[in-house]
Amino acid sequence: MSINHSKETHYPAKESFLSSFFRSLTEEIKAALVATLWFCFLTLPLVCFRINANTQKIDYLWERLPKVAIIAFVATLIWRFLRKRLSFSHVKDTLDEVSGPPPDEARGPGGSWVTYLMAAKHKKLYAILALAFLVTIPFWVSPYVVMILITALIYICLGLGLNIVVGVSGLLNLGYVAFYAIGAYTYALLNHSFGLSFWICLPLGALTATTLGLLLGLPILRLSGDYLAIVTLGFGEIIRLVLTNANFTNGPSGIGGIAPPGLFGINLNATVKPFLVNLHLMHKDMDLNKVLIFFIMLLMVILTIICVFRLENSRLGRAWLALREDEVACQAMGINRTKAKLTAFAIGSTWAGLAGVVFASQITFINPSNFTFMQSVMILSIVVLGGMGSIPGVIVGAIVLTLLPEYLRGFANYRMLLFGLLMVLMMVFRPGGLIQSTRQVYIHKPLENKEP
Amino acid sequence: MEFFRDLFFSGLTKGSIYALIALGYTMVYGIIALINFAHGEIYMIGAFTALIASMILSSFGLAGWGLLVLVALIAALYSAMYGFTVEKIAYKPLRESSRLAPLISAIGMSIFLQNYVQLVQSSNFQVFNNIIPDISFIKAGSIVNKTQFMIVLTTALSMVALTIFIKKTKIGMAMRAVSQDQVMARLTGVKIDRIISSTFIIGSVLAAIGGLLIGCSMRQIDFYIGFLAGMKAFTAAVLGGIGSIPGAVIGALILGFAESFAAGYISSEYEDVVAFVLLIVILTFRPTGIMGQATTQKV
Amino acid sequence: MMTGQLEDNKLVLATLGVSIIFGGLTALDNVNFEMERDSITTLIGPNGAGKTTFFNCLTGIYKPTSGTINYYPTPEKLTSLIGLAPDRITTIGLARTFQNIRLFNNLTVLENILIACHSRMKAGLLGALFRDSKTRAEEKAMADYSYSLLEQYGLAKSANHLAKNLPYGDQRRLEIVRALATRPVILLLDEPAAGLNNQETKDLDAFIRLIRDKEKLSVLLIEHDMSLVMSVSEKVYVMEYGRVIASGPPEEIQKDPKVIKAYLGEE
Repeated sequence: MSINHSKETHYPAKESFLSSFFRSLTEEIKAALVATLWFCFLTLPLVCFRINANTQKIDYLWERLPKVAIIAFVATLIWRFLRKRLSFSHVKDTLDEVSGPPPDEARGPGGSWVTYLMAAKHKKLYAILALAFLVTIPFWVSPYVVMILITALIYICLGLGLNIVVGVSGLLNLGYVAFYAIGAYTYALLNHSFGLSFWICLPLGALTATTLGLLLGLPILRLSGDYLAIVTLGFGEIIRLVLTNANFTNGPSGIGGIAPPGLFGINLNATVKPFLVNLHLMHKDMDLNKVLIFFIMLLMVILTIICVFRLENSRLGRAWLALREDEVACQAMGINRTKAKLTAFAIGSTWAGLAGVVFASQITFINPSNFTFMQSVMILSIVVLGGMGSIPGVIVGAIVLTLLPEYLRGFANYRMLLFGLLMVLMMVFRPGGLIQSTRQVYIHKPLENKEP
Repeated sequence: MEFFRDLFFSGLTKGSIYALIALGYTMVYGIIALINFAHGEIYMIGAFTALIASMILSSFGLAGWGLLVLVALIAALYSAMYGFTVEKIAYKPLRESSRLAPLISAIGMSIFLQNYVQLVQSSNFQVFNNIIPDISFIKAGSIVNKTQFMIVLTTALSMVALTIFIKKTKIGMAMRAVSQDQVMARLTGVKIDRIISSTFIIGSVLAAIGGLLIGCSMRQIDFYIGFLAGMKAFTAAVLGGIGSIPGAVIGALILGFAESFAAGYISSEYEDVVAFVLLIVILTFRPTGIMGQATTQKV
Repeated sequence: MMTGQLEDNKLVLATLGVSIIFGGLTALDNVNFEMERDSITTLIGPNGAGKTTFFNCLTGIYKPTSGTINYYPTPEKLTSLIGLAPDRITTIGLARTFQNIRLFNNLTVLENILIACHSRMKAGLLGALFRDSKTRAEEKAMADYSYSLLEQYGLAKSANHLAKNLPYGDQRRLEIVRALATRPVILLLDEPAAGLNNQETKDLDAFIRLIRDKEKLSVLLIEHDMSLVMSVSEKVYVMEYGRVIASGPPEEIQKDPKVIKAYLGEE
């Protein structure tokens, strides 16, 4: 099959995209001006007329108007540029179909440098090196950094867990934080009332979360995507409201004095720490209990990655993928979709429960405000940003979204604003996420069939 | 008995506001099968715009019915513009995408708008002066006060106006056509983009009016009112049958009453839970809602 | 044919009086239908006649308001399909393709086939997590089988390509091969020739015969392409307004005045 390269059928992909964009530059500028006028008028009341709660009058902030104008103008140009580029790449993909399919590589949409990276031969070696590096971290960083890293690791776990539900199976769970809360509160209550240790509560927290996932899943899983989203959101809110109002959870005050995990009953800070500090191996303010939690989380993340990877590339995982791709066809393959949805939902909740237990042991004091809808959104953003159904994507997403706010302190106020914007932009421009998931490639050898 | 009567009218009022918001949800869902998560924020923006407009206009000496009508028009105009813009940025580019993408985009838009208002205005509650003028036949000691009366009246009138619009006007017919079969509608010359935008605009206008009225009623607003009201209004729309206009109103009233009586007779702390529990119950036992018809999926 | 002479039973599928009413509209009206084992039967009729609705009743997506659907996986065994869920129906031996291709677009061709092997695999959650030798052997066996299936039917070179990147004709073929992977007794094809050109339709004709002969199954088609219908069918059922108006070998159907009227309208 060959393409006719005549003068008239000069395919756009042959012409440089940039030159075509600049040709229509006057058009773009006109459009940007119109948009600027629109946005200035649109945002005028809310942006420039601020209600002053103290004086009960309006503060006229005209100086904000030019800022709005500039942002609108630049943003419109960038938006139009990116949108045009998006439609160009679609044309290019179609041309690929005509001229022949891509070489033996299960290529996802776009992201060619990423697929190259992912296909790197020495992946295992890099992973081991990274792990070795991570293990040494507590010995040379400040306690604060350890705290942040623990948080990042917790979010990696949460992201991977939600990824099973949303990314792999396509079930939009907006109330994931509920299972996180349940794990945390299970440990908090059991530790507080019965003095049960972290290690006993870890599986218990997971069990409670999974059970609740099953209970919630059963009635609602026959709902379509949109309804499922709202119901799970509602569930998340119900859990939060119950935690806030119920007596046994101590209401809004929460539960404090939660014990950190122990190691065979040794008081690490008393015995091991002075030893390490004297050898200059550790910062003197480091809390060794937190270091223990760090290692526990590291181990948990590794196990999670292995589990999620194995699940995805198994009969169960493929059933989940089929569910995501096409529910009707999925059933036609002999897959019981209710069972598939239920397992995805329940197993996804397990990780939230586990992460919740660790979280409670880390901050030692929890209350309902730790578990709001915004948290669910944050975890969803990790999956969306990182790449739905992509393990490396979710890891990167979690790291970016937990560490970035720490290092961009100046933007703290804008954090949620940017989250919201990010979700919209990712969906419009890169729905596959930063690191798109790539499919398992099977290499057939004539005498034996090998999976790489 | 008086307690019951108060709860009744409080429920009626609440339900009416939910109805104004729920109509927007149900119309948009009926036409493009999307839960417009950002709709609650449009309501909130309507309330804020109304407050700002009323403060500015009254500082120029405007008052009475003139003030009320003008503020309503301004709030409606701005909410309509916001609704229109949100659709063009966050939903239109995703029309061909998977069903997950527009949903996530909607959530993102909702969060963006909430925080946008929080940043450009403030996080505090703002006092909202009731700008509804006194009505001659409603005096102190009447069964309902002027605000409750206006809310119920406005909702009723809006319902009537909307029904006439849908049934008699060309755009209304086109909307019904698009919600039934988009492809056919396009083939018969209906301009889909314009119809979808019109749907968003109408829903936003109603929401804005709801925002203005809730401000007058509660005497305070903040950037967060959209989230909760939005969830509840959506529950109402589902309760009544998503896609059905009378259903949205019926569902909203039921929800309003349920919340009011639950708060009065059970506990006010669990008032918010009522909506969510109702939602789960209705979706479990009758997902098509009260007025909804079971649709069979084309395979 | 329902009881008694089961050993002589040449039928693989038989429906009696199947009707379905959707809120006032009778989509299927007393449909009696019989299909012989290892035969190729086609269902034709104008648009809206109820053909896909009938398919959906057979495959459990709709539940008929009345009537019986009897399935004979072997001549001695009888199973009623009424009330069974679609996934169960696939597991007991009816596989289908869809009018608008429903492949798993973002998965590879091989994975599409592997998913179809689902009901013949046993590994569950524990197998997935621990990857014991039994699970690994099962995975390998199924991957081998899937690949060999692709080889047999000419799709092996695209094994690792995403299903959505396949040319249209290959996509249609993949959907059929995927259905084959569930090892059906009856294969239901919903408008398999839609969008194919003349040559591709001829290839499809040969393909259907090949599958029937090689895999020893019965084929039920819905089709509009008359050349394909006339060429490949052994028996044709004609539907109109939810009713069967004629049935028989293709040559007879061609001449049946009722059929001609249904397609061309009143004289």
